[in-house]
Amino acid sequence: MVWQSGTEFWSMGGYGLYVWGSFGVTGLGVALEVWLLRRGQRSLLNRLQRMQRWEAQ
Amino acid sequence: MNLYHYAAPATFYRLAGRWTPWFAWGAGLLTGIGLYISFFVAPTDFQQGEAYRIIFIHVPAAWMSMFIYLVMAFWCAIGLAFNTRLSFLMARALAPTGALFCFLALWTGALWGKPMWGAWWVWDARLTSQLILLFLYVGIMALWAAIDDPKRGDRAGALLILVGAVNVPIIYFSVKWWNTLHQGSSINLTKAPSMATIMLVGMLVMAIAAWLYTIAVALVRVRGLILERERHTDWAQEAMKALKEA
Amino acid sequence: MWRFLLTVIRRDLLLAARRKGDWLTSQFFFVMVVSMFPLGIGADPEQLRRVAGGVLWVAALLASLLSLQRLYADDHRDGSLEQMLLSPQPALILALGKAIAHWLIFGLPLLVIAPLLGLQFALPPDAIGTLVIALAIGTPVLSLLGGVGAALTLGLRGGGTLLTLLILPLYVPALIFGAGAVDGVLAGLGAEAQLSLLGAFMGLCLLLAPWVTGAALRVSVD
Repeated sequence: MVWQSGTEFWSMGGYGLYVWGSFGVTGLGVALEVWLLRRGQRSLLNRLQRMQRWEAQ
Repeated sequence: MNLYHYAAPATFYRLAGRWTPWFAWGAGLLTGIGLYISFFVAPTDFQQGEAYRIIFIHVPAAWMSMFIYLVMAFWCAIGLAFNTRLSFLMARALAPTGALFCFLALWTGALWGKPMWGAWWVWDARLTSQLILLFLYVGIMALWAAIDDPKRGDRAGALLILVGAVNVPIIYFSVKWWNTLHQGSSINLTKAPSMATIMLVGMLVMAIAAWLYTIAVALVRVRGLILERERHTDWAQEAMKALKEA
Repeated sequence: MWRFLLTVIRRDLLLAARRKGDWLTSQFFFVMVVSMFPLGIGADPEQLRRVAGGVLWVAALLASLLSLQRLYADDHRDGSLEQMLLSPQPALILALGKAIAHWLIFGLPLLVIAPLLGLQFALPPDAIGTLVIALAIGTPVLSLLGGVGAALTLGLRGGGTLLTLLILPLYVPALIFGAGAVDGVLAGLGAEAQLSLLGAFMGLCLLLAPWVTGAALRVSVD
């Protein structure tokens, strides 16, 4: 094991800000993309159905 | 030929739906393993301390941003040469993820650069070309957004991507050359620290995870695009009904 | 084919001669942008000399984008572009002719203006000479690559801004080699390497850009 304690793990030998800033923003970016994708799929489905109904009239 | 069968939108839509979960779960699993290696297996670097752990996302993100652009160019060339509509949709589905990885490569590069070289940003050849690659991604997506006609958008975007693909190596070369003229050898970023095998393994695992993630996201996106384009066909309307019930 | 090329060029030159105000705007834009820099960064001749190459080149890029917006737009609006594309002549020749005409209208005057601005930026004579040569080799790149962007963004809303987003990153090699040539002379290193690289880039653009522009025109007009 590399780490002796939790605090040591979080401080990353004094580079905590940089390491967690990188990994955190990457996680955020990926989460954001997945969320946008899901929302986009749902709104696309609604839009297509609305268009369908409109075209059927 | 069999390939044409798979290139039919209806078939591909169904296949993509079946594949997506595998890629998504694979990406999740490998990310877990990759993170475990990056934080608990890889030892502290004797030169850079713990800060070097950023490379486990920085390098895969940089690889992916460039590779996705190449894959987009490949699909665009196929699309223009053989007039396959699905190829253009693949390029469209990949671009946002490529831009995301490009941004992440720049962001993590800055956060790695600050403790290592004492500056958030240096006009190094690789960082600068990465920035210009991000500009190219932004330009392509802006062009798609501005064109309403799908067919025109597909082809115009494809031409721009291909022009960019020819230009990227020239840009990289010119920036590298400019860099050596203006900065001399004051900052030398090409000297990579000797890499332990476990670091390489961690990076590769993360890169494969990023790959699987990209494929999963692109497949979901391409399904949406197919549905939108094919909304007048019977199978697409049935697929919509099935999705609505789910 | 040659006759078609010449017809395209002559037509654009005649149209430009009739609407003088139109094409002079981008030249004045160039002069104004360059003149803003000493006001912004201070009038120290040493400092001005150091940034002159870059400032003049960036201003040239921006000015070219300003003039490129209308490269195909007017012909598109009155329908003549469609007519020309329907003619049996290849679209590549049309694109090449348009790029040459644009260079004659936009690039050539820059070569005349640039030395005067170089003097304002305290450039020595040999650097001014290199600046003019670099612009002579580099401005065709702006017309050729810009033509691709103008054809892709034809008739789109916000076409001008979009054109900038698409084309500015592609201009990077021309900017680096062009401005680098001036810096090379100032540093006493000579400019042969930069100028030959710029020439190679121009050759590549000359080979590929009209072809892509022609394809883009067909995509945009159909």
